[in-house]
Amino acid sequence: MKRKAALAMVLIVIAIFTVGGIFAPYLAPHPPDEQNLCAGLSGPSASHIFGQDKLGRDVYSRMLYGARVSLMVGIAVVLISAVVGFMVGALAGSLGGMVDAAVMRIVDLLMAFPGILLAIALAAVLGPGLGNVIFALSLLGWVGYARLVRAQVLVEREKAYFESARALGAGRMRLIFRHLAPNIIEPVLVQASFGIAGAILAEASLSFLGLGTQKIPSFGSLLSHGINFLRTAPHLTIFPGLAVFLLVISFNLLGDFLGDYLRVEEKGRAK
Amino acid sequence: MRQFIFRRLLWFFPVMIGVSLVVFFFIHMVPGDPVMVMLGESARPAQAEALRHRLHLDQPLYYQLVLFFSDLVRGKMISIFFAKPVFEVIRPRLLATFELAFFAMVIAVLIALPIGILSALRKNSWIDFLSRIFSLMGVSIPNFWLGPLLIILFSLAFGWLPVSGRGGISHLILPSLTLGMGMAGLLSRISRASMLEVLGAPYLTSGRARGLGEYRIILKHALRNALIPILTVIGLQFGALLSGAFITETIFAWPGIGRLLINAIFSRDFPLVQACVLVIAASYLTVNLLVDICYALVDARVRLWREG
Repeated sequence: MKRKAALAMVLIVIAIFTVGGIFAPYLAPHPPDEQNLCAGLSGPSASHIFGQDKLGRDVYSRMLYGARVSLMVGIAVVLISAVVGFMVGALAGSLGGMVDAAVMRIVDLLMAFPGILLAIALAAVLGPGLGNVIFALSLLGWVGYARLVRAQVLVEREKAYFESARALGAGRMRLIFRHLAPNIIEPVLVQASFGIAGAILAEASLSFLGLGTQKIPSFGSLLSHGINFLRTAPHLTIFPGLAVFLLVISFNLLGDFLGDYLRVEEKGRAK
Repeated sequence: MRQFIFRRLLWFFPVMIGVSLVVFFFIHMVPGDPVMVMLGESARPAQAEALRHRLHLDQPLYYQLVLFFSDLVRGKMISIFFAKPVFEVIRPRLLATFELAFFAMVIAVLIALPIGILSALRKNSWIDFLSRIFSLMGVSIPNFWLGPLLIILFSLAFGWLPVSGRGGISHLILPSLTLGMGMAGLLSRISRASMLEVLGAPYLTSGRARGLGEYRIILKHALRNALIPILTVIGLQFGALLSGAFITETIFAWPGIGRLLINAIFSRDFPLVQACVLVIAASYLTVNLLVDICYALVDARVRLWREG
């Protein structure tokens, strides 16, 4: 019962951020770039619930747009990484032999490289921008999925349903998408949930360092602005940071719940 | 054992060459003319030509690659901003990052180990529940939020600790805590799981049957065996701390290699960016290599499995 309540809380938090992000232009009480220099650094009030930044812009409105950027990057990076990783892992696992060995060596090589370092270096070279951030984070993001999918394929290809589908003459793509995919999708979903949390954190880190999105407000850039006014306007740091924290912890918890649920399901099937 | 170390070393060099190749191509991925990006539009043609020649960008690509590796090995890469060899600029910064990462690791271990052990001993109690919340919060809290929160609380409100810079121990506490919190979250979870696994082992039951005290059983027998996976995670996380200190160093103005890299990016000092990326990646890979070898030394199963 407690777990169900916790899961419901997690889903509610994610839904609030998603709705807030999607409908930001309708929900934001002020345009995100509307300035009011006379009210710069004002604290929370009835008309500006999370206060105003140095230029007098409404922090809450900017955070709604920030949620949009965070979720967009998180979902795009995970989608690209999961699709590429799935294809590479499934092909390597089902082909086996030299192809498998070569692909896995490349995967090992890429896994040895610290991901955020490559993302920072790429963002530095390509310049700031939403597309560049997604590209930089996806470039190494697929590697974990490829390894996971390949491991699953090695288990599944020994099972009777796979053998019989192959005996009936199913082609490789049909085998992968029609027969393997439904059986190996669950652990990929668990990893995707953790992946969204990781991508949101990485995007916010890049934006905090000034290497992420610049024209559109994002949680990282809001925090980067706020750190200059810790003494006079701590609300500029507290609220955007709390938003990233809530979003990341929610996706991490969702991953935990999904993982626990699948373990229970697996035990049930084994019995 | 020798064969294992040899194989592991053999794997280290292709990875390092791969990283160096990626770093070499960075400069060629810059949209437009990298020399003009570095010098700005107002640069004189003679200046641009001189820099192009210095960076060997006026040579064919294959020759640039040879010259890049030659400069790298001979320590001849020059920072544009500092006008001196990049490794001379990096050396003191790398030391500062090692210092920060080491203290972050110490703080993380001091926090996480007791929490993990206690929650395993009191499984499903409120202590266990709190420890799981701590672990989840540790891995989810962003450095760029935790750091400023600690500054607001301990530096600005109470005035106990300095806001930024490098000096004595007092300067180390807040950045180490910020950097180490993620590792503490992960480590408390790992140490709980590792202790739980060991606590169910038959040799502990036989120890109890022989009349050994509970305190002695836990500290001398259970903890000793639970430590192997914990030490591995500590080692691997140390590599991650070294390569992920950019944000903490930026927040606390810590003069480490992460902050140097970020500053080099903004000053468009591409040779320094290349060198920083290379050095950070090399430190990360070296630490991982050492951890792997140490792990194989203490646990024969790993050695045999990987050799087999």
